[in-house]
Amino acid sequence: MKIAVCIKRVPEMDVRFKIAPSGTSVDETGLKWDMSDFDGYAVEAALQLTEKLGNGEVVVVTVGPDAAQETLRKALSMGVTRAVHLKVDAIPFDNFAIARALATELQGGGYDLILFGKMSIDSSNGAVGPITAELLNLPCVAAASKLEIANGKGTARRELEGAAELLEFPLPAVVSIDEGVARPRYPSLKGIMAAKKKPLEVKPAQLGDLRMTVSTMALPPDRPPGRILGEGVAAVPELVRLLQTEAKVL
Amino acid sequence: MANNILAFAESRGGDLRKVAYEAVTAARALADATGGEVHAVVAGPSGITAKAGALGTYGADAVTVVEHPAFADYNPEALAAFVAERAKGGGYRVVVLIASAQGKDLAPRVAGKLGVPLASDLTTIRLDGDKVVGTHPVNTGKVIATVTLTANPAVVSLRPGAVTAAEKPRTARIETAAPAGDPAASRVKVTQTIAGNTAKLDLGDAPVIVSGGRGLKAAENFKLVEELAAAFGNAAVGATRAVTDDGWRPHSDQIGQTGRQVSPNLYVAVGISGAIQHLAGMRTSKTIVAINKDPEAPIFKVADYGIVGDVLEVVPALTAAVKAAKGH
Ligand SMILES: Cc1cc2nc3c(=O)[nH]c(=O)nc-3n(C[C@H](O)[C@H](O)[C@H](O)COP(=O)(O)OP(=O)(O)OC[C@H]3O[C@@H](n4cnc5c(N)ncnc54)[C@H](O)[C@@H]3O)c2cc1C
Repeated sequence: MKIAVCIKRVPEMDVRFKIAPSGTSVDETGLKWDMSDFDGYAVEAALQLTEKLGNGEVVVVTVGPDAAQETLRKALSMGVTRAVHLKVDAIPFDNFAIARALATELQGGGYDLILFGKMSIDSSNGAVGPITAELLNLPCVAAASKLEIANGKGTARRELEGAAELLEFPLPAVVSIDEGVARPRYPSLKGIMAAKKKPLEVKPAQLGDLRMTVSTMALPPDRPPGRILGEGVAAVPELVRLLQTEAKVL
Repeated sequence: MANNILAFAESRGGDLRKVAYEAVTAARALADATGGEVHAVVAGPSGITAKAGALGTYGADAVTVVEHPAFADYNPEALAAFVAERAKGGGYRVVVLIASAQGKDLAPRVAGKLGVPLASDLTTIRLDGDKVVGTHPVNTGKVIATVTLTANPAVVSLRPGAVTAAEKPRTARIETAAPAGDPAASRVKVTQTIAGNTAKLDLGDAPVIVSGGRGLKAAENFKLVEELAAAFGNAAVGATRAVTDDGWRPHSDQIGQTGRQVSPNLYVAVGISGAIQHLAGMRTSKTIVAINKDPEAPIFKVADYGIVGDVLEVVPALTAAVKAAKGH
């Protein structure tokens, strides 16, 4: 079983972002970076699948600047076999361009399964996986919350609004991973040491034209400061009064 | 430059969904700006054609319907092929979908087939000369990106509820069409649609959400949250990841960065600390109420109204007061 996982380096979200002087991106000063959350689930899912089958190879691929190699090394330290860095100066917002670069790399790679996170936690488009599948003409399931592979066939579950659907598909296929499939493991010390010697190949990313760009980035208006109305049951009548007269939601 | 707008009208189980009217409403506003027409596409099992006329009420000039038994469940490959074929045939300026669970799967497939990027989950959309400009929350809603599309056509998905369906009635021309290829031959097949509790209001539709966290202490105490939701009458129940992890509630109830993103008129946070990943799913709610015993809990920073206290005491009192206010 040969699995590719496409991952992205993103800023950690537990901060107050500032906008860069250009006005078209966030200020990167002082940000910490990591693998996008859902991509971590996808790496874990790939590792569990190959471990269960007792054979196979997991390859991680990223489009990103030089610093994205840290993210690839993290995946290698989790147990991934090798990594491919498709190099760009800055990650474009155009998801078709990213999908094109990934499809160019993945085409003819002999992968049984190509996994993605269901979306990157920074740009939150959720489009690169399914567009890559279209470019490779492979069956695709987006945002799978369960995934099983057996006998050359996959089954998955997707959450809908107040419902869910079960799907079946042949391999090779593209699947993007929702939370629920697998929690990512922490790299072990041994894993971190081993990762230093694992192959990491660098190539230029074949993006093509960019037809979707960010023209401005801005912070959303602050919520007006809240009010603590009081303590315990005694504050309930005031809350109900405000919900009726001020918020008008009751 | 083409002036017409294509809207995808979502259906499930043979009925149009609310988001179908949102897609047509958004497309109508764009077509009014270009002076063009709104063409909607609908796919479903036999009988769906009878529902198509309703799209005229929201401003569709024409509706193309494909009826096929293989469209009884969501059929991603056949549906994407059909929408892409219509989009290519008509020379459209913009193709509008809604980023519902189905739309999130369908929209990037359509974009891929048309060879263009997808502007996802937009909260606003407008035309700017030959460009399409939209806003899109990024970085878990902490930053708003304004996105410019120069692709032709521009394929966009709008956040559910970002546009309120509004009537602009006309008599839509209804045409039936054949599917693009054999829909029964799709490689990806939905083998089962598991209906949730249909009596239950979906988190995306509910004007009020009462959400519970680990402060409730035990799964049984979630009934306090359910009773408060029932007192409001128009409320759905949500939860934090701490609670879904412990199995007190299903994952589908989870609100936050890795769960549902909601913006109800009223969000009541019961025993929820207000972790950044939870706030990512509810900070755009119109009014936020928090009940927590810790006055330093971060949830109070985003709450319009807070009560410091034990949820096991405050929530039953609030339920009684809401019932009284509602006159029952
Ligand atoms: C990658 C990642 C993704 C995540 N995604 C999500 C997500 O999508 N959604 C989500 O919710 N979380 C998510 N989390 C988890 C998040 O960080 C928090 O751990 C979680 O939201 C906490 O849930 P809680 O508020 O129920 O529990 P806690 O943080 O334990 O808070 C319980 C609160 O209850 C209060 N309390 C206790 N007893 C009482 C009482 N008797 N009366 C009143 N108040 C009381 C306490 O003061 C406390 O503030 C994610 C975490 C990570 C790392």
